[in-house]
Amino acid sequence: MDTLSSLADGFVVALTWQNILLALVGCLLGTIMGALPGLGPSNGVAILIPLAFSLGLDATPALILLTSVYYGAMYGGRISSILLNIPGDEPALMTTLDGYPMAQQGRAGEALALSGIASFVGAFFATWGLVFLAPQLVKIALLFGPAEYFALFTLAFATLGGISSTNQAKSAFAAALGLGLATIGIDGQTGVPRFTFGEVHLYDGIDFLVAIVGLFALSEVFIFLEHRNKDTVDDSKVKVGRIIPPWSLIKYCTPTMLRTSVLGFIAGVLPGAGASLGSFISYSMEKRLVDKEGTFGKGDPRGVAAPEAGNNAAAGGALVPMLALGVPGSGTTAVLLAVLLSLNITPGPLLFSQNPDVVWGLIAALFIANFMLLAMNIPMVGMFTRLLLIPSRILMPIVAMISFVGIYGISGSTFDLMVMIAFGLLGWVLRKLDVPLVPVILGTLLGNAMEANLRRAVTISNGDWFTLIDSPLAITLWTVAIVGFILPIVFGKVLKSRMKMKKADESSTVD
Amino acid sequence: MSDRIFGGIGLSLALIFIWQATLVQESFMSDEVGPKAFPIIIGIIMALSSIYFLVKPDPEPHWPRIGRFAEIAFAALSMVAYALALPEVGFLIATAVASAYLTWRLGTAPLQSIVAGVLTSGGIYIVFRLILGLSLARGPFGF
Repeated sequence: MDTLSSLADGFVVALTWQNILLALVGCLLGTIMGALPGLGPSNGVAILIPLAFSLGLDATPALILLTSVYYGAMYGGRISSILLNIPGDEPALMTTLDGYPMAQQGRAGEALALSGIASFVGAFFATWGLVFLAPQLVKIALLFGPAEYFALFTLAFATLGGISSTNQAKSAFAAALGLGLATIGIDGQTGVPRFTFGEVHLYDGIDFLVAIVGLFALSEVFIFLEHRNKDTVDDSKVKVGRIIPPWSLIKYCTPTMLRTSVLGFIAGVLPGAGASLGSFISYSMEKRLVDKEGTFGKGDPRGVAAPEAGNNAAAGGALVPMLALGVPGSGTTAVLLAVLLSLNITPGPLLFSQNPDVVWGLIAALFIANFMLLAMNIPMVGMFTRLLLIPSRILMPIVAMISFVGIYGISGSTFDLMVMIAFGLLGWVLRKLDVPLVPVILGTLLGNAMEANLRRAVTISNGDWFTLIDSPLAITLWTVAIVGFILPIVFGKVLKSRMKMKKADESSTVD
Repeated sequence: MSDRIFGGIGLSLALIFIWQATLVQESFMSDEVGPKAFPIIIGIIMALSSIYFLVKPDPEPHWPRIGRFAEIAFAALSMVAYALALPEVGFLIATAVASAYLTWRLGTAPLQSIVAGVLTSGGIYIVFRLILGLSLARGPFGF
């Protein structure tokens, strides 16, 4: 088996002291970030990218650190869902439905342990899915020419907005805004400056890291300032009780975990879905399937296991298109794409053939991280619950300051800090207007590649624009893009309103 | 109404963007598409979606009262001041002041905020400068 021997090589890369330590740090930070309401996987990873970058980490260690944070945040989100009825991040929203009732019945420890196991099952399954599916997708990607890539990028934008917004015009606007920002600076093909207005700082274009940290991390600080904290966490609420779940309970929930892992993984691989949808679909399907006595929503353990297995599986699944095609399917994987791009690694087929050590080292590290997370999240969960006592009025300034440290560390430029603040304010306004931020980020990330592919395709065919819809593959991609854009207009409102029902005001983090 | 204003701003932004795109200097050796076409397409998408906001606005978002607006504006200003002060007074002092301000404005008692600010600044300095060796801004005092 080719794949398995590559994976074995990956373990050789991942099993160095430095990488294991980084995975451990990443898991720890990720769980903390996931657990704290207001910090989720996307802004957690966003804050850490510039830091990983200015620490001078190599590609593999940097990726191991940040994907461990990503996996860790998916685990951590459940802690405040169960104990406080506030989702730690958006994917953990569905966990509140049965997790909090369980905690109220004095079974918080059981719920935490069970959801930890469910997270492990979901993530473990999804990582195997990644191992086998990504190389297959790479084979398909090898058939892609510039025209197909252009269509694929369009597909990513058309579908990414789909789930995260009720208003497709707003996601289209967000994508155009991001792509427009990407065109600022020297044109890569002809070398002429565009939209620079003679400002030297703009010749290099706008650094997407600055945009990401501003939009995701700083805007969160402004949101908190707007609401001023209403949260005082009661000390008694973070008591967890017995942590070891009875074996019968685990056995009882096993079929649920397995089913929802598959479902979540598929939801993660599909463009535009991400972990939030993964947990939502998992919960609803499981409720339809096994909830015969109507116990879901009243503290049914299966209702805790289902969304947790689902969102962790989706998190792993979302890595498939990001690594194999270079097109992320969710907000956090878009941020992870930024990591790759800032390390000068282009994801896609070439990544697998030219940097197999990076890909397989990363995947092996995910397996290791997953076991670490299981250990951290069951016996040591009490430590993380203590963190919920940190009030956000102390926490948010720290987040802001670390954002500044990271961006300043990369460039040492005051101008970049100003741009970051501007993006923070922009992010706040866009959030108020319900404009999704992920397409903006994806636009700034993919804008240059998208334009380059468009121009390459048209140039190859001597200026014939119809080359964009010339191959069956391209036509398929365009069709999916159009359907993916239109479908949410019909069905999106129903889905979104159901997902929003339980949504607390504070958790504005995307997955 | 908010969406209409947003649409209006978006539309003018799109038009300015397209206008500026047509002004981009062409190089003597250009590809078939040139540097103008892609920005113009983007501008058109932006204009179309802005027109949609004008015609069919969403329900009004929940805007904060004027005091909260001022709060956010002052926070942004304090961050700008922080960015400008970093190279002047160094990381430790600037960060302590800025985070004390933010902590205070988020509802901590003044004295506690100063303590929190100093601890935040010192903590970040220890972790990122002393342990991880990141280069932070150095002021005239070397920290």
